[in-house]
Amino acid sequence: MSRMLPRYRVYLLVLATLLLTGCQNLAPRATGDLGLVIERATGSVQIIDTGSRSAVARIDGLGDLSHASVVYSRDERYAYVFGRDGGLTKVDMLLQRIDKRIIQSGNSIGGAISQDGSLIAVSNYEPGGVKVFDAQTLDLVADIPAVGENGKRSKVVGLVDAPQKRFVFSLYDSDEIWVADMRQSDKPEITRYRDVGEQPYDALITAEGRFYIAGLFGEDGLALLDLWQPQAGVKRILGDYGRGEEKLPVYKMPHLEGWAMAGNYALVPAVGGHEVLVIERENWQLVKRIPVHSQPIFVMASPDKRSVWVNFAHPDNDTIQVIDVATLEVVDTLKPGPAVLHMEFTPRGEEVWVSVRDANRIRVYDVYTRREITSIEMESPSGIFLTNRAHRIGL
Amino acid sequence: MFSRISLGVLLIAGMFTITTTGWSTESISDKRADELRHMVIQDCGSCHGMTLKGGLGPALTPQALGDKPKDAMLATVLHGRPGTPMPPWSNLLSREEARWIVELLYRGVEP
Repeated sequence: MSRMLPRYRVYLLVLATLLLTGCQNLAPRATGDLGLVIERATGSVQIIDTGSRSAVARIDGLGDLSHASVVYSRDERYAYVFGRDGGLTKVDMLLQRIDKRIIQSGNSIGGAISQDGSLIAVSNYEPGGVKVFDAQTLDLVADIPAVGENGKRSKVVGLVDAPQKRFVFSLYDSDEIWVADMRQSDKPEITRYRDVGEQPYDALITAEGRFYIAGLFGEDGLALLDLWQPQAGVKRILGDYGRGEEKLPVYKMPHLEGWAMAGNYALVPAVGGHEVLVIERENWQLVKRIPVHSQPIFVMASPDKRSVWVNFAHPDNDTIQVIDVATLEVVDTLKPGPAVLHMEFTPRGEEVWVSVRDANRIRVYDVYTRREITSIEMESPSGIFLTNRAHRIGL
Repeated sequence: MFSRISLGVLLIAGMFTITTTGWSTESISDKRADELRHMVIQDCGSCHGMTLKGGLGPALTPQALGDKPKDAMLATVLHGRPGTPMPPWSNLLSREEARWIVELLYRGVEP
């Protein structure tokens, strides 16, 4: 049955092949090497490729991106960018463009994606509360005003996703932690914990999704909720680590999202002190205080949990220090340049990407030699978010 | 209690200084002015938003400041606000620089 193709068909085939190879958007590619860098001054993001160590594309029009953060869809195709102006932008990582964008409040601080990837929650300062959206359409699914026990609407901080389609967050102005069970999406079931400690300012959830821990600005210590035993309530840990010590002025609030959980230890920034606190995870007792360069902002463990990288508050923010987890001592001090704002490890932790805002650069370091491999030009870079966050609880 | 009293003393001291020296900020060099503006947008912006429309800290736009007294604002910048995350900036800024920043806020940072 074999017969020769007519000559014009051969020409067509050749033409089609040329078109396909010439047009990069049609070439298949994966998203596992991709990430976003927030360019906070220009309201833009850049798609980066950690495989080729390069910037791939810039996307404009995302509004006020001071304090922006990102979560990813479970297929790593879409990024959800939470902007300060209440903007929620869904970015298509493959087509390199904005897929959808809404302004959902006046002033927001962060967001989370549900365990099953179906819901996006955004925490808002103004008006204080959490709004929940359909991850595909960005249609509003639920609105949770954060009216605290004091009857006032509170700013919401420390929003994370927890297993069983829950979102957990803290009320800054009324000292509460709320758990929203979203199994029935349009009817959130809220559990409220009161008097958790003064002014919770940020929070994290441990990698397995069990412990929710809020940092307290108004007093020493942290508020801990064990989601395996929610009926046991919130307990205070490290309540007296700074007792009797004069607090230093805090020029920038620490971040807890990147909290280092390394082996049996949790390493956390001390608020108002030049130290990193080491906590034993079995009993949540303080085991060591590691003196560092200045007030820590991010304290982040490398994926292999061997080292912990720390950056610092203004005006000492040109420095990164590296702590060896085996000895719990500072083993290196790096000077990436003015205003080091964020660090993100590649998925298996061989490199760390560092944003140096006032140098308009991302610097890429080898995690083990701690030498710079390359640097990439960016416009006032702040947060760096790689797509492997898609598969991590709480990120 | 102590902090309130000391804040009051500082306020009065602040007003005295202002009435005697006025709000002259002439000796701020252009270079330093650029640095201060950058600091307001980026570092004050960490809490107050880069557009100063508010964040964990309140909005600092000319509309939000309204007719709040400038000397109280100056005292807040230099000495912070006890009980809130607002830190004292007197370790990093001279009184004149803080004044320059207060003037900038009332004028509006955006050109």
